[in-house]
Amino acid sequence: MQGFLAAVYIIWLRDVKRFLREGTRILAMLGQPVLYLLIMGQGLRATFRVNIAGFDYLEFVYPGVIGMSVLFTAIFSAVSIIWDRQFGFLKEVLVAPVPRAAIAMGKALGGSTTASMQGLILLILAPLAGVSLGPEQVLAIAGLMFVMAFAVASIGTLVAARMETMEGFHLVTNFLTLPMFLLSGAFFPLKTAPAWMQPLMRLDPVYYGVDALRNVIFAGSPLKSFVVGQTLTGDLLVLFCFSLVMTGLGMLAFSRTE
Amino acid sequence: MRYAIEAERLTKRFRDLAAVDGVSFTVSESEIFGFLGPNGAGKTTTIKILATLLRPSSGRATVNGYDVVRQAASVRRSIGMVFQDSSLDERLTAEENLLFHAVLYRVPQREALKRAGELLELVGLSERRRDLVRTFSGGMRRRLEVARGLLHRPAVLFLDEPTLGLDPQTRTHIWDYIRLLHRELGTTVFLTTHYMEEAEVCSRIGIIDYGKIIALDTPAGLKKLVGGDVVAVKAADNRELRDQVRQRFCLEGKEDGEAVYFETPDGRTFIPELVRAVPDVREIYLRQPTLEDVFLKLTGRAIRDKGGDAVEWMRIRHTAWRRRRRG
Ligand SMILES: Nc1ncnc2c1ncn2[C@@H]1O[C@H](COP(=O)(O)OP(=O)(O)OP(=O)(O)O)[C@@H](O)[C@H]1O
Ligand SMILES: [Mg+2]
Repeated sequence: MQGFLAAVYIIWLRDVKRFLREGTRILAMLGQPVLYLLIMGQGLRATFRVNIAGFDYLEFVYPGVIGMSVLFTAIFSAVSIIWDRQFGFLKEVLVAPVPRAAIAMGKALGGSTTASMQGLILLILAPLAGVSLGPEQVLAIAGLMFVMAFAVASIGTLVAARMETMEGFHLVTNFLTLPMFLLSGAFFPLKTAPAWMQPLMRLDPVYYGVDALRNVIFAGSPLKSFVVGQTLTGDLLVLFCFSLVMTGLGMLAFSRTE
Repeated sequence: MRYAIEAERLTKRFRDLAAVDGVSFTVSESEIFGFLGPNGAGKTTTIKILATLLRPSSGRATVNGYDVVRQAASVRRSIGMVFQDSSLDERLTAEENLLFHAVLYRVPQREALKRAGELLELVGLSERRRDLVRTFSGGMRRRLEVARGLLHRPAVLFLDEPTLGLDPQTRTHIWDYIRLLHRELGTTVFLTTHYMEEAEVCSRIGIIDYGKIIALDTPAGLKKLVGGDVVAVKAADNRELRDQVRQRFCLEGKEDGEAVYFETPDGRTFIPELVRAVPDVREIYLRQPTLEDVFLKLTGRAIRDKGGDAVEWMRIRHTAWRRRRRG
């Protein structure tokens, strides 16, 4: 058990260290969410009209953009597993006297840490969206981003455990991320979606992440009952269960690798 | 007597190819044991089985007394491994690579720092210890990998072609301290190579070809398989030369492209007789038998003929290309 934890820790630490060394890339990743927020947000703002006083579409979309950014960075963080396999580093871990399940756990934790660090940078965009955040809200958002990122990163890890090549990994993750992104409720609330779509949205882990963020950002606002689908506790419960299952499967997949 | 490594009819099949084909051998504690063989002989596959990275198709093996299939965790705890292809993290520094390793092998941090310092000193990388590995040359990476393999003081160290693609000076350097560590720590070393000179360092050598061990002995013992001296001869017509020598001296020559090799108990008296018998000889060279001759004698092929070299170069180029793509 101690060996397992030590291995998880060092695999996590390696990912964080490598991430922090890529300063320029971190800033470059800010570009995409800004575009989404400005173009999609501003563009749809005009068409998305609701008869509720004080509703502003940009404010509504902002947590969605955070969720989206977390989704993409967290799932693609698992690409490093494929790199490690192709460039040999994975062998160093596979031949070491540690349970291989530690790779899945360490990688999912590393990926979610780096994804939520990137997500934190997005908080400086809050004024752009007309959102003002108190310190407790920032803390809560950071925690939520981590939980959501962990759920998503564990999907990526599970996929990477089974994939030998970069092409294969991208094929599968693209196939997964697009519906997860579209069904996440980032751009429209669940309540306004057609009835057939709502159950599909409820299958999407990112939906619960975005919903949790809205629970925090719209706390105390009269708009909350409109923008939010369920309680924060409900969201967290789903995310935890989802992460548990995915990480479990990922650990199993790595234990079986030869 | 306990063996550090014991393999019994070890076999690994990849579909219909038997990469390792019923290999049996033992390695005593504190021995330096070498596998010598051409590309694709099954050296890496054998090492991977012993290091628990591949399951044998049949047969069994133990390392430090532990079964490589049933007690894989205990095997892994007691071995060190230097892979044929680099397994360093290029985006970490030399020291970070070592410390990562130390945590995986549960070396306490203080001790790890101390050993990392010593080992980096030993491999001549002290000054570069805080540099990213991606800025290292091939030889520096190799040295760092050997150091890493030793960090947790394994009872058995596996080295898969530790000096492939390195310049002769670096190769000598690496060998000097593999021997030093072997002397000081009593580590059992299992290595593979297709450099003849390196194989000479081993206390015993298994010659492997097409997945089978075709000879296993001390270097001196193996050389005795070649009868006496080796006389290498170049003539205008090598076929003619072989025919004449066969008739005159009852000696069968072996050709490896340019020269013809004859084994004879006493080379010094053979040469003048040969020159008298075959006038159009261009060059003659007398030497003690090498492991190259042993391989030639056993298989009828040179271990590193032109084909083998080309493959090796392709592999080195390929690795470099992958590195560039990544960097
Ligand atoms: N994963 C694999 N799948 C299929 N065939 C394989 C696999 N690994 C190795 N082989 C085959 O097994 C044979 C032995 O390969 P191995 O890597 O053990 O050779 P080697 O002696 O290490 O050669 P080299 O000197 O080139 O490193 C080769 O013919 C190789 O193509
Ligand atoms: Mg090999």
